[in-house]
Amino acid sequence: MTTATETFFKSIQESNVPSYFSEGQAIRETAFQRLLEIGLPSNKSEEYRFTPISKTLEKKLVWETSTQASTLSSIEPFLIPGLDAHLIVLINGTFAKQFSNLGELENSVTVTTFAEADTQTKETIVKQLGSLNKSEDAFSLLNTAFYQEGIFIHVPKNTVVAKPFLILHINNAQQTQVVSHTRLLVIVENGSAVSVIEKSDSVGAHPCFHTFTEEIIVGEDATFDYCKVQNDSGLIHQVSNTTLSQSNTSKVNTFTLTLNGQLIRNNLSIVIDGEHCESHFHGLYLVTGNTLVDNHTVVDHQKPNSFSNELYKGIMDENSKGVFNGKIYVRPHAQKTNAFQSNRNILMSESATINTKPQLEIWADDVKCSHGCTTGQLDDEALFYLQARGIPYDSAKAMLLYAFALDVVALIKNDTLKSYVDGLITERLHRNF
Amino acid sequence: MSKDNQLLEEFTSKEYEYGWNVNLEADEAPKGLSEDTVRFISAKKKEPTWLLEWRLKAYRQWEKMPEPTWPNVHYPKINYQDIIYYSAPKQKKSLSGLDEVDPELIKTFEKLGISITEQKRLTGVAVDAVIDSVSVATTFKSTLGELGIIFCSFSEAVKEHPDLIKKYLGSVVPMGDNYFAALNSAVFSDGSFCYIPKGVRCPMELSTYFRINAANTGQFERTLIIADEGSFVSYLEGCTAPMRDENQLHAAVVELYAMKDAEIKYSTVQNWYPGDKNGKGGIYNFVTKRGLCFGDHSKISWTQVETGSAITWKYPSCVLKGDYSMGEFYSVAVTNNYQQADTGTKMIHIGKNTKSRIVSKGISAGKSQNSYRGQVHIMKRASNARNFSQCDSLLMGDQCGAHTFPYIDVENQTARIEHEATTSKIGEDQIFYCLQRGIDEEAAVALIVNGYAKEVLNQLPMEFAVEAQKLLALTLEGSVG
Repeated sequence: MTTATETFFKSIQESNVPSYFSEGQAIRETAFQRLLEIGLPSNKSEEYRFTPISKTLEKKLVWETSTQASTLSSIEPFLIPGLDAHLIVLINGTFAKQFSNLGELENSVTVTTFAEADTQTKETIVKQLGSLNKSEDAFSLLNTAFYQEGIFIHVPKNTVVAKPFLILHINNAQQTQVVSHTRLLVIVENGSAVSVIEKSDSVGAHPCFHTFTEEIIVGEDATFDYCKVQNDSGLIHQVSNTTLSQSNTSKVNTFTLTLNGQLIRNNLSIVIDGEHCESHFHGLYLVTGNTLVDNHTVVDHQKPNSFSNELYKGIMDENSKGVFNGKIYVRPHAQKTNAFQSNRNILMSESATINTKPQLEIWADDVKCSHGCTTGQLDDEALFYLQARGIPYDSAKAMLLYAFALDVVALIKNDTLKSYVDGLITERLHRNF
Repeated sequence: MSKDNQLLEEFTSKEYEYGWNVNLEADEAPKGLSEDTVRFISAKKKEPTWLLEWRLKAYRQWEKMPEPTWPNVHYPKINYQDIIYYSAPKQKKSLSGLDEVDPELIKTFEKLGISITEQKRLTGVAVDAVIDSVSVATTFKSTLGELGIIFCSFSEAVKEHPDLIKKYLGSVVPMGDNYFAALNSAVFSDGSFCYIPKGVRCPMELSTYFRINAANTGQFERTLIIADEGSFVSYLEGCTAPMRDENQLHAAVVELYAMKDAEIKYSTVQNWYPGDKNGKGGIYNFVTKRGLCFGDHSKISWTQVETGSAITWKYPSCVLKGDYSMGEFYSVAVTNNYQQADTGTKMIHIGKNTKSRIVSKGISAGKSQNSYRGQVHIMKRASNARNFSQCDSLLMGDQCGAHTFPYIDVENQTARIEHEATTSKIGEDQIFYCLQRGIDEEAAVALIVNGYAKEVLNQLPMEFAVEAQKLLALTLEGSVG
């Protein structure tokens, strides 16, 4: 362990972490002990081979200083225009009540922060917290030990939540650096449907470090839509650990869009613990500058007769780096599984790189599984075709790149969100590539 | 038990055909590994001092290295002090012709079906046979000599062509490359050496047969092939071992060096003893194979049919250094019972306009685990590099596993990389289609698997294609998924 990491552990031990409930404290301590044992990952660790996150954090952040609460006058610039949603705002890892607006919720849907939860809800939270995320990822443990705030959403049986939840993470590093850890726990009971959008933003010239851990339990016949938009203009270093579990005949759609940030690492893990499930997970990363975006996904087929489809696409320009690792596990008894995975990349500059590792591990014989992976450039002939028809080179390029990215976006159901995402992509393609 | 299961049972209980053991008197080194063992081997082989120094340097590096744990295979820890590192069939004096070879030995090779004897000469394959640790016979030496081709055992090459050995030994696989390569560098006993001079197209297939005979021994051979400018050579390698209850270690190193415009084609049919049906015994096959396309427009092609070994740990790789150079890798890996295979390739693109192609077909049956692990690395300077990879897995039975770990690292924007992998079993509809047309179930499976592996089998030279198909047919027996 280097000295910087040591100070980090020391300072973090001394910092006062809120304790909401005594049972929760035990979970925190166990996680911290484990974290001390394994330490932060180095580039020797297989999972972080191409993402020098610990080094970057050591260099960029001063561990001794604690994070200050931030004041923002308005959150208007961070909202998704025209989107009618139940709004939850977290600024620098703490719940911002003045900005949040839950609006009207369907009957008996519970939404609360961990701190404000009533006794009965607290019991549920303690019971479920960490039940899915058994990850030995150092940042997941770090989050479990030190999360400042958690959001709990509970959708009871046979309830369709019409409006999506929009969870806004804002890291304000205008005055000083920010270190924040947040958590989300969603329980979607049998036969229900809900949609969650998580958007993270950061502002200011100081570095930010943000971890968040999401655990989502999807019951039988339930539907869960999830969208993550990462468009930080600040110097954010972010590690998210998302774990979903699916029961019989449930359906999950996830979409991850990464446009900006310093170092973004997304661990997405789906445990298919039921039969006849369907899961689609799409991702798009359009990055420039020195951004490093690292998507690690795991689909674990534990029961037979399910279907999963993964599609991740990336365009890397300037000095940006892309890392992709997609694991598909098919356990011994998960017969008749269909699992597909595709990762496609375009490199736009000489110094952009991509490291990709699609990985299949299969222990059942009656399955159909495939993965595909490509890295390439735009087709010269297609470019020429457009140019021959009077379309300038730059527009032609943007047009082709847009076409490349389009099918990933197709999964989004909410029209406002879809056109917002579409707008972000179009803007990025015309401005930067 | 259904018919399918019965057939499966029959197949999985199939015993190893090459499992006999011949009473050859052997000259052995004492068990264990130390600097003295290295010195003993070197002295036994009457090696020059520089080679002894080289071995000792490798040994000292090996001592400091940890045994790798990253492969997807599981085995009890190897006790390196419990292995005999040198074992040679006893020879009274050096041989001048085949007639003087121990008749027991000739019998061994007849059983193996290897062309040392007259009849096989007609097939036109030059053979270098390595039993346990020592090269025992090389055929067709003089015919090849006329063309300037050097094809001999490694120890002979050390004596007769020390300059070549000194220059190229360890140039592709450095002594400290990995744990097993370092071990091999320290204790390698013999192997084959081949040099093809400028502009010569080798008129016949060159071939090495490896056999581990003595008990408790490890086999550590080294192959070095150098193809000078504009030359071509096709090289075959085959391996078998007797049935023994303990595990035996085979840690070989193969180095290929292709100059400008040269082409090397290296084919392997690996059939080491895989252990019995309960997973007892068998060979640990931990091999480092690497080819260097040093000159422009050079080409190296690996073809392998892997059916044996308890554990296979092998990644024949190509370093594409010359511009316009090309690397190929074709592989069929079959695992059965408790076999474990972690095999694949590395294509390192350094030169401009380099191309590589990977076709890997895995077949797992019984309780075996079959992994493909590959890397395609496009370096910054390698503009217009092209790669196509395909790795398919076929599962037979519900207790086996298939895994793929492809690493694709691209640092140049002009690269075009495609990778695809599928995992499936033989479809019931495919079988049904054949049954309808009067083809019985077993023949149908044979047909389908042969078709599945055809892309790779087609790459094998005639002499080996027959053997490979036979081996595969063995696997096919009754393995209806």
